[in-house]
Amino acid sequence: MISELLSATVLIGILTSGIRLATPYLYAAIGETFGQLSGVLNLGVDGMMLMGAYAAFFVAFTSGSLWLGLLAAVVVGAIMGLAMAFISVTLQAEQGISGIGVFLFGLGMSELLFQKTLGTVETVKGFAPLDIPLLSDIPVLGEILFQHNIMVYLAYLLVPLSWFIINKTTLGLKIRAVGESPAAADSLGVSVAQVRYVTVTVGGILAAVAGASLSIALLNVFQQNLTNGLGFIAVALVYFGGWRPLGVLFGSLIFSMVNALQVWVQVLGIPVPSDIAVMMPYALTIIVLVFTARRATQPTALTKPYERGG
Amino acid sequence: MELRNEPVRRILMQFLLDHPRFGRVFVALLPLLATLAALALGAVMLLFLGANPLEAYAALVSGAFGSSNALADTVVKATPLLLVGLGICIAFRGGVINIGGEGQLIVGAVLATWVGLRLPDASPFVVIVLGLLAGFVGGAIWGGIAGLLKAYFNVNEILSTIMLNVIAVQAMNFLLRGPMIDPAQLETASRIPQTARLERAFDLPRLVPTRLHLGAGIAVVLAILVYIFLWRTSIGYRIRAVGLSQPASRYAGIGVKRYIVTALLLGGAFAGLAGAIQIFGVHHRMFTDGSAAGFTGSAGFNGIVAALFGQLHPVGTVPASFIFGALLVGANSMQRAVQVPAAFITALNGLVVVFVVSSEIIRRRLARRRASMADSQPLPRVEAEQSGVPA
Repeated sequence: MISELLSATVLIGILTSGIRLATPYLYAAIGETFGQLSGVLNLGVDGMMLMGAYAAFFVAFTSGSLWLGLLAAVVVGAIMGLAMAFISVTLQAEQGISGIGVFLFGLGMSELLFQKTLGTVETVKGFAPLDIPLLSDIPVLGEILFQHNIMVYLAYLLVPLSWFIINKTTLGLKIRAVGESPAAADSLGVSVAQVRYVTVTVGGILAAVAGASLSIALLNVFQQNLTNGLGFIAVALVYFGGWRPLGVLFGSLIFSMVNALQVWVQVLGIPVPSDIAVMMPYALTIIVLVFTARRATQPTALTKPYERGG
Repeated sequence: MELRNEPVRRILMQFLLDHPRFGRVFVALLPLLATLAALALGAVMLLFLGANPLEAYAALVSGAFGSSNALADTVVKATPLLLVGLGICIAFRGGVINIGGEGQLIVGAVLATWVGLRLPDASPFVVIVLGLLAGFVGGAIWGGIAGLLKAYFNVNEILSTIMLNVIAVQAMNFLLRGPMIDPAQLETASRIPQTARLERAFDLPRLVPTRLHLGAGIAVVLAILVYIFLWRTSIGYRIRAVGLSQPASRYAGIGVKRYIVTALLLGGAFAGLAGAIQIFGVHHRMFTDGSAAGFTGSAGFNGIVAALFGQLHPVGTVPASFIFGALLVGANSMQRAVQVPAAFITALNGLVVVFVVSSEIIRRRLARRRASMADSQPLPRVEAEQSGVPA
């Protein structure tokens, strides 16, 4: 049965679903990267994803428009991001714990809304695969890379885009300055609070879009705790990626490939207990963190609220 | 976004500074006030859900305090919160954020159950002591791993504890579906993932007819011991020193890494003990619904809130856990009384966490104002000690 794993069909299958499954991690982790680079750890990502997943699903299900659903997720994510910014920037709450609070709120609230408005698990017809002309015809590679839906492509486009914003724009410079040395940035006239509000809100929007990518593009359902802790992995991937979009991409791919492998192992009936198989990506994350954490230096002001003269 | 010049706030601040005694009471009650604010927001949510908030909260209060059984349930619910909270006090005072209570509690509970199942014929006293010890050690190992990873490999403890939570849950699911499953379940088609019930002789003594068990007493005694440990022993002193300032501790010759490990190890140990006490006092068997909360009831997270309620003081965590336990028990009755989905409680729980941590700003502001007012006077040592969550 192990040899079945190595057949071409299965390998292509693993790679294709690995590319697909990286989508929610990419949205959520790149959003989180912006917040963390500016010094704010948002541990509530999973809650925001759940709210986004619900909002997108509900609106798409009732209106029939996937784009309206996506818009709903963006709005919900912006609201939750603003709330998180208010909590951690203005009220300066301990970020590790307030994030857990936001997570619990999102977990409960999304299920509450689900039960009140839908009641049962429904499905929508999610974004259809969009074959890229010419490229999708390339044997093997075409199937692996260029026959996905629009949400998948957008997630990958986010990588160069965020790299550009972080490294080549004034905004990016401000974000990094605020995360490294808020006092210095402040003395140069950069509003620390304003920059952090922007990054955390963007993080909230992208977290909600990550949720939407699950509920209206990849799984096309909504149910209780749909994300199953995926948002926490996204936070870990930011550390894993050393606060660089390319690193996040690399981490997301490893994680989703291992996940895809794990799924295929079960599909093929290879006798690994499923509980142990599910554990694999998490154990792997710890192991990789052991090897990468020592090199990467986190933004100096991460988790530290800023107060003038404080 | 700056609220600095908002007059109401300035007047309040000035009032609290001018009346230090009132200020102190206000600060002590701050978490409670924050909780009430969260409940008020919850009332709005209830209105939207079409439930009567007054009726709902009346059910909450009577569900938590209304009878001796209700009170006993509240104390039983508070016990794991207190134990986890004690570990949180140690960890946070040492400057590490332990989000791994859920996993540590599960590892402790699994080991305690294993001890109980392996020694069916031993004397109950021996089994309970060994079982509680196993829980303590199990939690210590799970927390200690995160401590070693942080101290020696620079792996952020928030992340490692979150990963370790998932690993613990999956290990639990695996054990309860396979090696540790109740032999009786193997004969049924449903195969409920749970262990056999431990011998009745191993149940912690109970105040019949209520569900109140000895575990609550153990937890309260431990709260006092943790206070003595943190403030009256040199190890405790060093843990707090490392939490206040790593560079200063290093300069003073304290092995910072060792105390980071110790803080997480002990933090995990108390969560593990909480798991063991849940086994011997409440559940008498291990079971799973696949998620962490299915067994823990989120005690690993809520213990953090209880400890914050108690301002990270072990003795303060005792009444704080009681109040929070009451909230959880009462919320269940409320949910039944006004027919809102159980998810409402989870959402409300999240609001309480957010409001309580956010309210800390008032205490910090007040402490700093007082410290700056007292600048000409001797060092404000007490302020530093009470400054709560490490920066």
